[in-house]
Amino acid sequence: MHDNVFDRYHAPHGTSESGSLLHRLDPRVKVLLTVLFILSNALLPDGAWLAFVFSWLLILAANPMAHLGLDFTFRRSFVALPFALAAITAIFSIPGKPLADWHVAGLTLIPTDMGLLRFVSILIRSWLSIQMAILLVATTQFPDLIHAFEHLRVPRILTTIIAFLYRYLFVLTDEVFRLMRAREARSATAMNRRAGGSLLWRAKVTGNMAGQLFLRSYERSDRIYNAMLSRGYIGDLRTLNAHTMFRRDWLILCAGLGCLVIIQLIGWIR
Amino acid sequence: MLYSTTQMHIPDGFLTIIVSLFCWLITIGLLAVAVRKTNKILGEKQVPLMGIMAAFIFAAQMLNFPVAGGTSGHLLGGALAAIVLGPWAAMLVMTAVIAVQGLLFQDGGLIVMGANILNMGLLTAIVGYGLYRIASDKSTNTRLIAAGTAAWLSVMTGALATALQLWLSGTARLDIVVPAMLGVHVLIGIGEALITVAALAFIFRTRPDLLDESSASMQGSRAWIYPGVLVTFLVVLLSPLASTSPDGLERVAKDLGFLRTGSPLPFHVIPNYTFPILGNTPLATILAGALGVLVVLILGWLIGRALRTRNS
Repeated sequence: MHDNVFDRYHAPHGTSESGSLLHRLDPRVKVLLTVLFILSNALLPDGAWLAFVFSWLLILAANPMAHLGLDFTFRRSFVALPFALAAITAIFSIPGKPLADWHVAGLTLIPTDMGLLRFVSILIRSWLSIQMAILLVATTQFPDLIHAFEHLRVPRILTTIIAFLYRYLFVLTDEVFRLMRAREARSATAMNRRAGGSLLWRAKVTGNMAGQLFLRSYERSDRIYNAMLSRGYIGDLRTLNAHTMFRRDWLILCAGLGCLVIIQLIGWIR
Repeated sequence: MLYSTTQMHIPDGFLTIIVSLFCWLITIGLLAVAVRKTNKILGEKQVPLMGIMAAFIFAAQMLNFPVAGGTSGHLLGGALAAIVLGPWAAMLVMTAVIAVQGLLFQDGGLIVMGANILNMGLLTAIVGYGLYRIASDKSTNTRLIAAGTAAWLSVMTGALATALQLWLSGTARLDIVVPAMLGVHVLIGIGEALITVAALAFIFRTRPDLLDESSASMQGSRAWIYPGVLVTFLVVLLSPLASTSPDGLERVAKDLGFLRTGSPLPFHVIPNYTFPILGNTPLATILAGALGVLVVLILGWLIGRALRTRNS
């Protein structure tokens, strides 16, 4: 893989090397605020429109703070949209004032006002949460993120596996592309003949590719371990980023927490 | 997106706090045991191996084969990972995969990640390994059949768990979400089973030492059969019950304090699908479930035999 398909980090353009305020913020603060922001969304009651708007304003304010465009997170925020399908049935399952009466395939579907309220609220919550998660990975390099999780008491073995996963993802994806290219190259189609064999055969070919990928990965891990051992590996990964909390980090953490408390108050006191 | 997204990665906002926390509780409990067990078994050498294996699962999820009408079969990998690496290691590997998908690609949320890990990483490993272990000392053929069945059921287990969590959160209606999720994943599960069986058959032919008595694959004890069979049994029992008589489950959930919507539901289900002879009794639904498993076993056996004869 030769371009940064898997890299979600966005260095701001035209600024100094150290990046924006949000880029330089301690990753622990960013992780904590992101998780709490998502938690805050989940805690807000259905139909707390004003609080939803304030949550969105918080994201809108954070975008330029990271020297990303105002619509940076907005443009990338629709990845979870297909899942909305799963929530559609909420419209019919929450008790409330009936809005209509549909009969579809043996089911009596009665959309209610409360159901509709729940459906729209779920979509807004998910949409807001995703934007904050996008902002987190756009302003934090992945190794820093892993390091932050280590500080937040995620077991060492898990963070190490994730760090390896991230590093070798690029290598093994190349391997997948090689396998797929080989399959393409051997899958010529003759005129007027059905290509590709039976379904079972196609599945078997894919399974063999998975097996092949497994063996290549397995054998590669041996080589990687030997290479690491020869460079002094003793069982854990190290980083040069010490991650110390400065006053600026504490200030932003407190400001963020304050905003979330205010949003909760707006949501619950009406 | 390079890898195929499935309907199983729940985004944030779709589960309530209570359901999310409850899932996190189970996930953290199981992962804590997994961390302790793997730390005991594994030396420093296996840590890079598990990292590469996590990258392998991630990359293998990109492999696909065309089925029909633009849809394609692909791999989730929970069962395959459990069979090849052993159950505890597979749990950690799958957790890493799901964590990266959620963190980096927003494929699955953060607060609900506990649920996603439970559905796609832990339950799939338990069912996948438990059912495979039943046949792990039998002939290669039998092992492949067991692996295929285990892979299919692991996907169904994940789908059912996802559906139940959505329903407990008041996000979806039980009598729609369960048949819909299971219906979609019946096919996805067949793709999963085919790829898993073929991949294992390939490893059996090229590196049988990776799956024999002394391998990591056999490090899980035979006791894994019990949770595997238990979860399978629950899935077989709950799937038909949830789709045909949702009231029973609603009642249970209410008693357990999950459902806050206490008033009677404003819809009425017309049960137009009943088991022919027995009518719509719980016995009939359980029987239907058992019949389903039998069909899957026969299918798995047939597929295993077909692959076997082609190989030799």
